[in-house]
Amino acid sequence: MLEVETLSVAYGAIQALRGVSLSVGEGSIVTLIGANGAGKTTLLRTISGLLRPGSGRIAFDGREITGRAAEDVVRLGISHAPEGRQNFAALTVRDNLLIGAYPVYRRHGKAGVQADQERVFALFPVLRQRERQMAGTLSGGEQQMLAIGRILMARPRLVLLDEPSMGLAPLVVREILKQIRRLPEAGTTVLLVEQNARSALAIADRGYVIETGRVVLAGSADELKRDPRVQAAYLGRATKGPPSKGSGLAITQE
Amino acid sequence: MTIYNVTGIINFAQGEFAMLGAMVLVSLEPLGLPLPVGVAVAVAAVALMGGLVERLTIHPARRASPVTLIIITIGVDISIRGLALLVWGTDPYAISPFTAGPPLRVAGAIITRQGVWILGTTALVLAFLYVFFEHTYPGKTLRACAINPLSARLSGIRPDRMSLLAFALSAGLGAVAGIVIAPLTLVSYDIGLGLGLRGFVAAIMGGLVNPAGAVVGALLLAVLENLAAGLFRAAYKETVAFLVLFLILFFRPHGIFGGGARGGL
Repeated sequence: MLEVETLSVAYGAIQALRGVSLSVGEGSIVTLIGANGAGKTTLLRTISGLLRPGSGRIAFDGREITGRAAEDVVRLGISHAPEGRQNFAALTVRDNLLIGAYPVYRRHGKAGVQADQERVFALFPVLRQRERQMAGTLSGGEQQMLAIGRILMARPRLVLLDEPSMGLAPLVVREILKQIRRLPEAGTTVLLVEQNARSALAIADRGYVIETGRVVLAGSADELKRDPRVQAAYLGRATKGPPSKGSGLAITQE
Repeated sequence: MTIYNVTGIINFAQGEFAMLGAMVLVSLEPLGLPLPVGVAVAVAAVALMGGLVERLTIHPARRASPVTLIIITIGVDISIRGLALLVWGTDPYAISPFTAGPPLRVAGAIITRQGVWILGTTALVLAFLYVFFEHTYPGKTLRACAINPLSARLSGIRPDRMSLLAFALSAGLGAVAGIVIAPLTLVSYDIGLGLGLRGFVAAIMGGLVNPAGAVVGALLLAVLENLAAGLFRAAYKETVAFLVLFLILFFRPHGIFGGGARGGL
């Protein structure tokens, strides 16, 4: 569904991505794990059209979308929930969802948008209780739920999720990941960027490990979980000795 | 102000739209249209000009910094004034008050009938802005664009289209202001600058993002101006706006009503 080929992106003189290739199959959850500054966010921002690549190509459904503007990419069916939620803080939860439906607002009409909103509320019931509250007054977890719900309002076929677990309590992370895991059933493919490798690999089908702008490992989530390099660097297990009993807490490498 | 909220640039040509509104209405007079129709046509025409100005001057430079764009609006201001001079000449024109009759006495104060029109129109415009921004989809879209431009783009909102809408809306509202005050002042090609400056000072007094605050700022400024004219001499009236501008920028850069650069209205 999404093919990224030898993508290179630079911020001025700083090369953030150096020939990254990856593919995301329809109906799957693919995760991209790596440390801070590895280039994960840059990759998502390039796919969604916020950044222009220096070289390489991006294809969605076989159609080249390299260098398209973000306003257009979302209309093709790729929605991006950027790092740090980025909701419209001074708008209500309901208005955030309405703005999320912007690309399809005219096509689907009020009834269609209303139905989509009900689907989001079914996914994250707490948002219904907060419907008339300003987005800026929500808790971190609720804001993340809103950020995901907001982009689902555009009925994307592929969502790009950037660090949905960031700064959240383990219980909340679990709740959010549970709902992300259900997205493919509803026809939404997921590309998930995470520092929280354990959680991400738990729900993903496939994964890529990215380091200093390069993909260094790729494979099924199970393969990656068993890979000693991944275990050492991202799952916080010593390569020698018994594996620690997972507490479910985020293990990240900074 | 709407333009500032959406695009982050201050439109120094705003006063010219007020001048254009009144001038277009003056030019429509020979057609003998009823006043409401004339006003509607003039406002629509100026809104169209506002959109045209955005397309011709701001849009081609949209990737430039806000400072560059602000300077462009100053250029636009000068250009519009120049064009108005060519079209309408230097003569001042008069528009007759909307309703004829002697001034009204309200609680000991004397207020012209046109003054009542101005206050009523102001209230109406405020109500319009409130309903537009809080209860309509295009209004909410404009606000979303102002609150978080990144997420707005990711939601598919085209910033250049919003900028066009903001310019057209502001120009239309500017035209309304110009038309409603014209019967009290006289219209000539060069009234835009003074109006724009006072509008800017009033907006700053209100914290720059708050229409209701700007209205209060405008009333305050007008009272100060007339006090200065009455207590000292009429010529000092012109300096009050500048003085207030300096004082506020020095001491209360977020406006005199606190708050400041919030999202919202």
